[in-house]
Amino acid sequence: MPATLPTVLVTTDWVAQHATDANVRVVEVDVDTAAYDQGHVGGAVGWNWTTELCDTLVRDIVPAAKLEELLGKSGIGNDTTIVLYGDNNNWFAAWAFWQLKLYGHEDVRIMDGGRKKWLAEGRDLTTDKPNVQRKTYKTKPVDNSLRAFLPEVQQAMKNKSAALVDVRSPQEFTGEILAPPGLPETCQRGGHIPGAKSIPWGKNCNDDGTFKSFEDLRALYAAQGVTADRSVIAYCRIGERSSLTWFALKHLLGFKDVKNYDGSWTEWGNLVGAPVEKP
Amino acid sequence: MKPEEHTRRQEEIAGWPVTIETYKLGDVYHCTIANVDPGARFARADGSTKEEAETRAIEKATRYLAQTRTFPTT
Repeated sequence: MPATLPTVLVTTDWVAQHATDANVRVVEVDVDTAAYDQGHVGGAVGWNWTTELCDTLVRDIVPAAKLEELLGKSGIGNDTTIVLYGDNNNWFAAWAFWQLKLYGHEDVRIMDGGRKKWLAEGRDLTTDKPNVQRKTYKTKPVDNSLRAFLPEVQQAMKNKSAALVDVRSPQEFTGEILAPPGLPETCQRGGHIPGAKSIPWGKNCNDDGTFKSFEDLRALYAAQGVTADRSVIAYCRIGERSSLTWFALKHLLGFKDVKNYDGSWTEWGNLVGAPVEKP
Repeated sequence: MKPEEHTRRQEEIAGWPVTIETYKLGDVYHCTIANVDPGARFARADGSTKEEAETRAIEKATRYLAQTRTFPTT
């Protein structure tokens, strides 16, 4: 097991014991933004990814001032240990993790297994919101070495300067569907970026929602030619599933150069003239 | 509070495999439905009984899934 693992993942047991520690703040971030109100870990605050973890005017990550306000009112200071968890095996917990790392937060972790494991273990839930003492938070300059923008992805497609990892479902990768079943279509064309490898996000996880072992993860990516000596860009539809893969590659496998392309298929699949590969 | 009567099962709705998860917290039953692949929760409902919560959630899921189009891949 690599040395990186214990610092970024905590178990449900650990959270049960430390959720209300003075310097720990547990945060639930769900795809389903109402899940927090259906019961959450005691002491946890809830963040809404659709309004609080993005710029709601321009399509972009959360602005620094807005994140500072969110963290401050969540009782989080620069030295707080933030523990994130959520539904769908931590999709949006990983999205929050990625953004917190973009803004330089030192100690942020994910509860392995997320909401699914917590529920399956029959652990306590509450519908009470915690009383939080506001703190002051100051973000660091954005670290864009963790983020890929369109021109870099276009270059990677042309000159193979980075491995492109498409983490969507096989049906999205082939273009059979434009969005996950039951969700609105948000692109004009289906398929994938030419040359991208299909490694669906779910392959990072065990049935109980926890991450697979270091060895299993390394084998999963190596089988597709995605190895630690290469630059990697992960993408999905809107950037949240790919932030989970980014987390696995960067923080569980220790790859040096991994970026999340948060423009993802809702950018590429709507671009006039962008090359698309099918299946 | 501990969640009670937690169940999780797979079924097919409108031709798509889904996971239906239900639990009771206090006096309320909460039901959520996710597609199996990629696993996104897209329908949810509450009720005073398990059947009520699931029936409502399944109605929503059926409506949303009926709008999912498929395209030829070649």
